Amino acid sequence: MTDAVEPAANELPAEGDDIPIVEPDPEPEPEPMPEAAAKLLAQLEKELKDGIIESGHTFGDLVVRVTPEAWRKAAEVARDKLECDYLSFVSGIDWMPAPKVGGDDAEGDTSAPAQPTETTYGVAGSDGRFQVFARVSSTSRHHGVTLKVDVDEAAPSIASWVSVYPGADWHERECWEMFGISFDGHPGMRHLYLPAEFEGHPLRKDFPLLSREIKPWPGLVDVEPMPGEEVVQEVIPE
Amino acid sequence: MTLDFRAEALIQKHLADARINIELETEGMVLNLGPQHPATHGTLRVVVKLDGERVVSADPVIGYMHRGYEKLTEFRTYPQITTLINRIDWLSSFANEVPFIHGAELLMGVEAPPRAEYIRTILTELSRIATFVLFLGEMALQVGAITPAFYGFRDREHVLNLIEAATGGRFHPNFNRIGGLKVDLPQGWIDETRRVMKKIFDSVDDFEGLVVGNEIFAVRTRGVGVIPAGVGAAYGVSGSNLRASGVDWDLRRDGPEYLVYKDLDWRVWTHSDGDSFARYWVRMQETRESCRMVLQMLDGLPAGPIMAKVPRIIKVPEGEVWVNTENPLGEMGYYLISKGATGPFRTKIRSASFSNVSILPWLLKGVYVPDIITILASLYFILGDIDR
Amino acid sequence: MTLPVPVPLAIDAPWGLIVAIKTLVVLSVIPAGALILGYVFLLKMMSHMQSRLGPMDPGGFHGWFQLIGDGIKFIQKEDIIPAEADRRVFMAAPVVVLISTFLLYIVVPAGPRLVVADLDVGVFYALAVSSLSVIGVLMAGWASANKYALLGALRAAAQLIAYELPLVLAVVGVVIQAGTMSLQGIVHFQQDGSLFGWNGLGFPLILTQFFGFVIFLIAAQAELTQTPFDMPVAESELVAGYMVEYTGFRFLFFFMGEFGTAFAFAGIAATLFLGGWSIPHVHGTLADVLGPIVLFTKVMIVSFLIFWARFTYPRFREDQLQAIAWKYLIPLSLANILATGIFKVVF
Repeated sequence: MTDAVEPAANELPAEGDDIPIVEPDPEPEPEPMPEAAAKLLAQLEKELKDGIIESGHTFGDLVVRVTPEAWRKAAEVARDKLECDYLSFVSGIDWMPAPKVGGDDAEGDTSAPAQPTETTYGVAGSDGRFQVFARVSSTSRHHGVTLKVDVDEAAPSIASWVSVYPGADWHERECWEMFGISFDGHPGMRHLYLPAEFEGHPLRKDFPLLSREIKPWPGLVDVEPMPGEEVVQEVIPE
Repeated sequence: MTLDFRAEALIQKHLADARINIELETEGMVLNLGPQHPATHGTLRVVVKLDGERVVSADPVIGYMHRGYEKLTEFRTYPQITTLINRIDWLSSFANEVPFIHGAELLMGVEAPPRAEYIRTILTELSRIATFVLFLGEMALQVGAITPAFYGFRDREHVLNLIEAATGGRFHPNFNRIGGLKVDLPQGWIDETRRVMKKIFDSVDDFEGLVVGNEIFAVRTRGVGVIPAGVGAAYGVSGSNLRASGVDWDLRRDGPEYLVYKDLDWRVWTHSDGDSFARYWVRMQETRESCRMVLQMLDGLPAGPIMAKVPRIIKVPEGEVWVNTENPLGEMGYYLISKGATGPFRTKIRSASFSNVSILPWLLKGVYVPDIITILASLYFILGDIDR
Repeated sequence: MTLPVPVPLAIDAPWGLIVAIKTLVVLSVIPAGALILGYVFLLKMMSHMQSRLGPMDPGGFHGWFQLIGDGIKFIQKEDIIPAEADRRVFMAAPVVVLISTFLLYIVVPAGPRLVVADLDVGVFYALAVSSLSVIGVLMAGWASANKYALLGALRAAAQLIAYELPLVLAVVGVVIQAGTMSLQGIVHFQQDGSLFGWNGLGFPLILTQFFGFVIFLIAAQAELTQTPFDMPVAESELVAGYMVEYTGFRFLFFFMGEFGTAFAFAGIAATLFLGGWSIPHVHGTLADVLGPIVLFTKVMIVSFLIFWARFTYPRFREDQLQAIAWKYLIPLSLANILATGIFKVVF
């Protein structure tokens, strides 16, 4: 743990607090890929060849980004060659930064914990706004791999994994419902969580969270006043 | 051309016979199990097409409890999220917080002190015991025996009292903090826990005699709802369900290290049958194993602080992390994508019951209606876990 | 043992008055029996077995008023009939079930002269009449216009018909040994009989007809649709099965029918196998007085067994239930009859 460097930007004033602030290293050196992950990557590269665009690792886990054409083949390779028989999940990511609630010129921090406004992509990068990612692991070999694939923003569509992992059925239904990404070869795409007449795809960043539209985020609420100290307000005008 | 009246009568008789045949032809009956039904623990709806008493097709309809957690986490800070995720699996709510907190700690590079890790493990195992003891009683209830359910609730109360004494909440402790725990254990808690563990041992022996030893229970559950190991893994079935199919896989031992399981002497229980009886039996043995683990941890509890030094405003640096843990219901995982803010950019919550229930359309084909109830009870899902 | 002084007990009364009194007695015994069974076993014994107390407040002393209060509550509830239900059949179904119960009480003797009608074919009549309830159950399930009710009614019909046979066959051994089908005759046979020459205990037929007793109890459990044979009323699946659409006093009729029939079946079992109202060597007026109390005690013992099994065991699936009846109970009871016949002729 590094010692205090400088206080973080929007920290509330601390009275008499001398807890040293842990500030993460702004430019960490990229850690080398652990050996087990490197072996898996080598096997994947041998099978998929050009299908792999980029790879990375997070805390010992291998993350690989493949081309959309190689998405289903990557699943088959994972199941047959890497012995990953267990499907954890298939889901989506929307890399667009969330728009500010109330428009760009709204006052103050009205949406959420402030996220950076420029678009950055995570481990193994991305070509666009949408990605589908999945995690498979092996119950016998105790290893796993996270696979990512870019999805075209204008016509979001990717191959379905249902023929490889039957459990992907429900995961892909949820992904379609939440992000609007359609899956080729899925046997019967319909809503999973939401009612049939629901319009919109909630987990997209431009789909608003209505409770925040009505009442802005109260911000970092630190301490609530003790009963009796609270100043009684009149009815908040409309 | 008119027919004479005899021919006309004959034709009318044939037509009448044909009408009766068509009217009496029965098609399958569509039965709605739920969303309000005592067998589905919560608002799960299973639309079942029956042919007599056999199921032709089953289609679970979920989402009655969907609260949109993944969207909500994008609008909250990390400490605020722990209050949310408590409520995913509400029977073992302490265990839900652990993978999320662990993920945030990994990204921050913070390690909780050893005493905090031990207490976290003890509370996780206590919530596992609480969940499983209720399961032991409640599956018997679904199969028809009323009495074990009361024993299950009665014995779970002891464990809930322990959790309440330590954390302040029976159901939603909200006790984890990034870097450790909220406060230390109260005085006398360790001795009380030892006494309660002994009670749980006796209670599981009761269940073994009352339920597992009962021939009717065996006849109702053996061979019912067999999940082959390969099919289960492909659907994402996890936890005791998969171990009951013979797969020797437990994230406490086989996944990346978390909490203090590597320090303990314990074993993983599997069963080769993969039917409902196997799932009951595996959970029963795991309850006993958790009791033994808790006793070991109480003996080896280190002294020290329970909270690492972290800033008041938690800002998790940029990065991605995948953390999965062996929760009582199965494998629970969080894929945290952080961009350096006070709240996550995207959280993918992988809940165990979602995948456990997704196997139902495959599993329920061709079973009898009472077997549906047995299978639902043996898979042991919680609606909050399915619907998030 | 007769009293030294003959006490005239018979009153010469017009026939109509006697019938009216008998009807009133039976009509009051049914709810009283149902209430007592329900309170003692369902509310108190079950609760204590499940480490809880059961009702404690109503009426003050251990909640004895609970069921009576429940009855009053049921009577004043709104009478809801589903719109799509077949009204007449729906309303008639609970009455049919209750009539079957009522007719059962007619032959059970409570004393040497305390019986509504001592029919020569008492056993035959009792078993025949007890199967009338199947019609009531089917009517209830069909007329409810509810899929769950229909499922429950079909299961009930199959189950009740399947278990009629073991019920009847188990009793045949008793009839062979006693030599008569009249229930009073069977009681007298047990009271005046002797065991290997010693007539201290009489000859309770449970001793030689033990298998018959067990088969009778199992079949009675199924006839009453109690766990482990309560598929028709499977609470965690069908939520009261064929009774699901019934509310208020119609449900009360079903409830009373269920417990009243339990009381009646326990009474028949006690009469056929345990000696009914009789204690050996007690005759005359003392038997008239003690008879009902003795019968009541024996009924309580048999009911204890029935309800104890109910609270402990899970329930059988429908096909397993049928298999038990057809593949196990019927052959066993036939073997029992064979053995009884052989022993009767040989010894």
